[in-house]
Amino acid sequence: MSGAINWTALSVFIFFFLLITIMGFAASRWQSRGSKRSELDEWGLGGRRFGTWITWFLVGGDFYTAYTIIAVPALVYAVGAYGFFALPYTIIVYPIVFAIMPKLWEVAHRNGHVTAGDVVYATYNSRPLELAVAVTGVLATMPYIALQLVGMEVVIQSLGLQGEIPLFAAFVILALYTYSAGLRAPALIAFVKDLMIYIVVLAAVIVVPMKVGGYGAVFHAAAEGYKAKGSGSLILSSAQFLPYATLALGSALAAFMYPHTLTSIFAAKSPNTIRKNAIYLPLYTLLLALIAMLGYMAYAAHIKVASPNQVVPALFESLFPSWFTGFAFAAIAIGALVPAAVMSIGAANLFTRNFWKAYVNPQVTPSSEAKVAKIVSLVIKLGALAFIVFVPTKFAINLQLLGGLWILQTLPSVVFGLFCKKLGGRALLLGWFAGLIYGTWTVFADGIKPVHTLAGLTVYTGLWALILNVIVVIIVQLVLGKNAQSAPARA
Amino acid sequence: MWIILLLPFIGLLWVPFYNQAEPSLLGFPFFYWYQLLWIPVTAFLTWLVFRHYHKGGEE
Repeated sequence: MSGAINWTALSVFIFFFLLITIMGFAASRWQSRGSKRSELDEWGLGGRRFGTWITWFLVGGDFYTAYTIIAVPALVYAVGAYGFFALPYTIIVYPIVFAIMPKLWEVAHRNGHVTAGDVVYATYNSRPLELAVAVTGVLATMPYIALQLVGMEVVIQSLGLQGEIPLFAAFVILALYTYSAGLRAPALIAFVKDLMIYIVVLAAVIVVPMKVGGYGAVFHAAAEGYKAKGSGSLILSSAQFLPYATLALGSALAAFMYPHTLTSIFAAKSPNTIRKNAIYLPLYTLLLALIAMLGYMAYAAHIKVASPNQVVPALFESLFPSWFTGFAFAAIAIGALVPAAVMSIGAANLFTRNFWKAYVNPQVTPSSEAKVAKIVSLVIKLGALAFIVFVPTKFAINLQLLGGLWILQTLPSVVFGLFCKKLGGRALLLGWFAGLIYGTWTVFADGIKPVHTLAGLTVYTGLWALILNVIVVIIVQLVLGKNAQSAPARA
Repeated sequence: MWIILLLPFIGLLWVPFYNQAEPSLLGFPFFYWYQLLWIPVTAFLTWLVFRHYHKGGEE
């Protein structure tokens, strides 16, 4: 594994990394059509002009992240069928996107909203609720960016490079072109990244079964592996039914509440761009399912690893020639850059619109707004880098789990207003608060576990918290009645 | 019409429907190919709803 530097793989890796670096800097000219590039709409949303294809690559690029490529097969390798909850999750997420996101896009487009915080403030005229949504978004995103770096670190180490310098270098490059090109950089790089990932995964799912004797043999080897280990299985135990289903549902509800996914949605050109993407994006889910299968293929290929996170790099190294291993690792590392860029942009938009403009400088001009967002995106990335260097990876993973739970609690505030005009900001704020406190406390009390047993039902803790959240919203709304409603701030 | 978008939720979230190894297909246990099958089915259902309500809309 690690140790000696694999020069062929490293050369291919560096070539592709340089290619996308050039693309990243060139991206600022792409699609801008001579408009005023200094505004936040341009930097943070790519001018809201992304059509079906660009949106497809962009959402595909930032929703199916590098961490996914490393972590999903790692989980499948460790526990078996249970790790596949990502599959139903990323299927049912699209009917949800189809039903909700075009409506949200219309509200955002009509009023020039850039973030979920903007939407919430305009709908409920509540600064505290706006701040709650914005802070939740930034907090949930930080560990997510940090985990992208974990994905990158894993492949860089597999190339035989030691120390933190390579990671620093990659990150400085990312920071610079995001600063100069904004959302256009990850949108353009996503084309290359996604094509590379498709090639790598298709090669893997064709070559691996050929080498080991078909998919029947892959599943058989995995079943034997779990039997020998004494844990994990190819189908679920009945105790896993509810955790499996609720993790899928809860994750699907949370997925498009994140700043990075919402940013790619708001950057779309029209509601039908989003609807068409809800039809075409499941192709990425097929890819994800095949990626998850890598966890089983590792058994068939007799891979032995110290940590499950090494499964994917180890599998590629043992099966492919050096040049293709370099190509695959470059795909994963670039796969980390796209979501990390969009995440830092989404979080920077939140800070700028819902904190800076709301509290520090309400008279901020559009061009200095963009300037603030650019600088904040740098700070956020540095923060994520510091996180990964100074804090144990386990902590970032735990925080990411909590982040999913937190962001899910913003769903009522962001979405319910699209379908129901009767709710007030105060009820939603109290619901958010109750869900957040209950969920966080429960996760810690359970020793950082994603599921919690209540009344004999073991369910994703984030979903329990959401249920409490909604109950609180309804009760407070009924108690306060009409008084809780407030006129919209901006029509 | 939009109600058909609820089908994937029922088909995928009710795990006892599909938590079994047989019948297998091309080496894939039922648990896997059944869920994989929902990918094109869900896309198709979404397309039907799109065609029904939104086709005329501008891109």
